[in-house]
Amino acid sequence: MDFAFTEEQRMIQQAARDYAERELIKDVIERDTRAEFPYEHVKNLRELGFFGMMVSPAYGGIGMDTVGYCMAIEEFSKIDASVGVLLAVHNSLACSGIEKFGNDFQKGKYLPWLASGEKIGAFLLSEPEAGSDASRQKTLAEDKGDHYLLNGTKNWISSADSGSVYITIAQTYPELGHKGINAFIIDKDSPGISLGPHEDKMGMRSSDTHSVMFTDVKVPKENRIGEDGFGFKFAMKMLEIGRIGIAAQATGIAAGALERSLKYAQERKAFGKLLIEHQAIAFKLADMAVRVENARNLVHKAAWLKDQGQPFGMASSMAKQYAADIAMEVTTEAVQIHGGYGYVKEYHVERLMRDAKVTQIYEGTSEIQKIVIARALVKG
Amino acid sequence: MKILICMSNVPDTTTKVRFKDGNTVFDTTGVQWIINPWDELALTRALQLKEEPGSGIEKVTVITVGLADVEPTIRKALAIGADDAIRVNSQATDAYDVARQIAEAIRSEGYDLIMCGIESSDYNNSMVGGMISEFLDIPSVSSVSSVTVENGRFKVKREIDGGKETLSVTAPFVAIVQKGIALEPRIPSMRGIMMARTKPLKVVEPVAPEVLVEHIRYELPPAKAKCRMVAEDNVRELVQLLHTEAKII
Repeated sequence: MDFAFTEEQRMIQQAARDYAERELIKDVIERDTRAEFPYEHVKNLRELGFFGMMVSPAYGGIGMDTVGYCMAIEEFSKIDASVGVLLAVHNSLACSGIEKFGNDFQKGKYLPWLASGEKIGAFLLSEPEAGSDASRQKTLAEDKGDHYLLNGTKNWISSADSGSVYITIAQTYPELGHKGINAFIIDKDSPGISLGPHEDKMGMRSSDTHSVMFTDVKVPKENRIGEDGFGFKFAMKMLEIGRIGIAAQATGIAAGALERSLKYAQERKAFGKLLIEHQAIAFKLADMAVRVENARNLVHKAAWLKDQGQPFGMASSMAKQYAADIAMEVTTEAVQIHGGYGYVKEYHVERLMRDAKVTQIYEGTSEIQKIVIARALVKG
Repeated sequence: MKILICMSNVPDTTTKVRFKDGNTVFDTTGVQWIINPWDELALTRALQLKEEPGSGIEKVTVITVGLADVEPTIRKALAIGADDAIRVNSQATDAYDVARQIAEAIRSEGYDLIMCGIESSDYNNSMVGGMISEFLDIPSVSSVSSVTVENGRFKVKREIDGGKETLSVTAPFVAIVQKGIALEPRIPSMRGIMMARTKPLKVVEPVAPEVLVEHIRYELPPAKAKCRMVAEDNVRELVQLLHTEAKII
């Protein structure tokens, strides 16, 4: 049993923390208010190598392990959860999806772009009528011999506008149900792709979320990931990986709220003494700290299992469900501790509370995670 | 041309300082170690110079006096971008011995510019840079806030009473640098971090230690007095408190 991090993991954590505390903090409130994508930060984060964290150096990536990746996502998310989700989707769904399941042609073509951050990746699974019930894909990918023809609509797509490599799930054989689903790598500039308006969201407002419409989009056969009909299994495998990143993001949101609350409680006085000297507040902070620590441990355990090549599906769902749920609780308490100040933007915690909510929803709701966990328990 | 950065391994600046053994030894339990902030700025400036086209700087080396446990801090410097590193395998003790160990380790290495932070954030001695220049019999410039290279010569700016002076200095020399030498330390890239272990880290054995200083006792500063807030329009209470409690009027 060893809880020690490697030197590299600690350096990556510190580098992410330094960037977040020095740079992201400067404009995070404005970008949230204006729902602006962090283009300037993307340039810097690209140079620092955060777009290819887990990609093999053979494809231009960094070759960092999942634990180190989670530490970076947590640090970014303490300050700016929108940057957290941008990097989580890109690294763990787009990059990992192609590296783990793509063929040599796909890896050679797309991974260098993604690992350098020259192109941003997006993951297109949800549909207007297929959210948690992801097997009911309505987007059709008809087999036309030398290519597939895609028609349909995808919803709630993070990085839909900033991204240009779309990992897209669609149905080829409706009669086969989830066994008829395929996954494709699609270039955003393919004719027939159009975007809906920028979603005006409650939180994660600096992340660009759109619906994506496919109208007779031709996708070369060589862009299908895996065997014919592998798409649903691919999506589920990818979400197992993706959930670790979102759990790290949720942990970061909670940890950021805790840090701010602890600082505030040691500065602000009420009834003649510091907030931290009131047991009602001190107990809240203690509860928040225990939850953050538990979430972090679950995240690191899931990441460690993945790095060891062991099954991590249940651990990933446990981390995601717990971290997302406590992110909501901890940020709500953070606003409560801050009182009126917590309800205004300047103190950051109201944004963290708005950002926390979606971690219980995307990449599998907390309820879906419980189904996964319960099934894994029964299976043994 | 080659630049050497003399680097101190110091406790993180947020460390809660504690002593042990009857207040004669700094308690390092649980301490996070970092690159001395002034040395990190020196390193940042050296790397900027190396990257400037036509600067003629080909290599940036870091050197530290310390046992193997300082290597994580050295690797941080390599991750930030130093080309290689030297560790003099000796416990860092007083400034005299540290300066002597560094001077002896690099005497024949031909560094054109040796940069030292103005002080280390732990002991604040401000002595190593000047002593290195004496041991090597080369010039030193103190309080340097800017280093540039023009036509193969180093130009430095230093703070003087009421302003700044600009000097042109012939290499080799020691620049003792202060805040302003670089705006903020460079964040290491992910690639730099992963490559740090592959960069050369040469361990050299020390010359016989010659320690001139013995620590007799450490003391913590007195605990910060409690702050009493007085309403801005209540001058009477303020004067009363200054008279009866603070007893300064």
